[in-house]
Amino acid sequence: MLGRVIEYRIDRHSGVATYLQIVKQTKQAMRLGLLEPDDKLPTAREVVEATAVNPNTVLKAYRELEREGLVEARRGLGTFVRKSLSGASTDSALGRELSQWMERVRADGLDREGAVALFHAALDKEFPEVEQR
Amino acid sequence: MTDQTAAVEAVDLRMRYGFRSGTVLDGCSFRLPAGSISALVGPNGAGKSTLLAIAAGLRRPTGGTVRLLGGVPGENRERVAFVAQNKPLYPQLTVAGTLRLGAELNPGRWDQDAAENIAYGGGAEPKAAVRKLSGGQRTRVALALAFGKRPELMLLDEPMADLDPLARHQLTGALMAQAAEHGTSIVMSSHVVAELESCCDHLLLLSSGRVQLGGTCDEIVEAHSRLTGTGEDFGSHEVVEEQGSGRGRTALVRPDGKPDTGVWDVEQPSLEEIFLAHLRNPAAPALVTGSVAPATSAREAAI
Repeated sequence: MLGRVIEYRIDRHSGVATYLQIVKQTKQAMRLGLLEPDDKLPTAREVVEATAVNPNTVLKAYRELEREGLVEARRGLGTFVRKSLSGASTDSALGRELSQWMERVRADGLDREGAVALFHAALDKEFPEVEQR
Repeated sequence: MTDQTAAVEAVDLRMRYGFRSGTVLDGCSFRLPAGSISALVGPNGAGKSTLLAIAAGLRRPTGGTVRLLGGVPGENRERVAFVAQNKPLYPQLTVAGTLRLGAELNPGRWDQDAAENIAYGGGAEPKAAVRKLSGGQRTRVALALAFGKRPELMLLDEPMADLDPLARHQLTGALMAQAAEHGTSIVMSSHVVAELESCCDHLLLLSSGRVQLGGTCDEIVEAHSRLTGTGEDFGSHEVVEEQGSGRGRTALVRPDGKPDTGVWDVEQPSLEEIFLAHLRNPAAPALVTGSVAPATSAREAAI
């Protein structure tokens, strides 16, 4: 269990719907291993007290995460993480390989934008679906 | 129609202060469902404060009716909290004395912890006299009375106007937590829609004493589009505001069916853009979606 509960940061000017920001930050935390199966998400009350967003927005985000099978609501207890996404941790074998690849890109004389362009080209080829807004 | 009791339901509410002054409310009808968090917005003088004062039972309307949690104003006083814009408090009482007053006036429902959290969060001392508090601290004490009462409906007239950004965020968070935990209905007025956009689920825009826009925030946003292009005219799309756009034209419209994307570049405006466009164009036709249309007027319309 985590020592501290995840805190969401809401950017009101990003143009991204607030509930999607919560969905994305939860997934990101799961990918980075900050949330593991059986970890509890903060209650809607805790989230709205810290972020001052409408309670329905948080419930909508949690419903979306539940629909995707990532979390489950346990009656009277709260919402818990069901799945591990942390295969994508920066510490994993894949993460280390990517770091090594980045080092080679730099050694070849490409700058940051060049690296991004290469990465995105490979990403789009392998995962052609459109990123949701 | 649903049988669920509305937090606030107004039917053809009218108000004028004496013969010489103009009409403040001119046939205001809407229904805010129980459990909703509603923003009451509009330009200065639109009638927001008058509407809230009538709902709170402090003023009698010239015509029409308003019901709160199913009762007439004043009938459900123990279940309703009202914080007026000027935050009236007893200046000579201490903060602790003011909270004690709240406790004595609300036997059986007072929540001292909730009240203290709000009142003392801004650095005010229990023994400080209310008249010596800063504007922000006074606001906190006034809101503390409203929270301590654990009401089912909070009517707040520009509650955050005197607060610094951090206090605004904290107190909005406290309001949202109250709503999440107890299902409290909240109606708060402001003329800054941006600060209410992320915390409110319903919007009521008053203009010249009438409801110009009413609905859930999502419904209102979905009912509008911004069209840009070189088409001849906007056809059957209802134009709220048109602006020049080089050789073409651009307008905020209420689309009639799906706009032709071959002719128009279609964008989704933000709630604030829609709000500003209506402020600039008070003559735009009213739009009140089904979720806030009063049950009684719908029945009358059916007859």
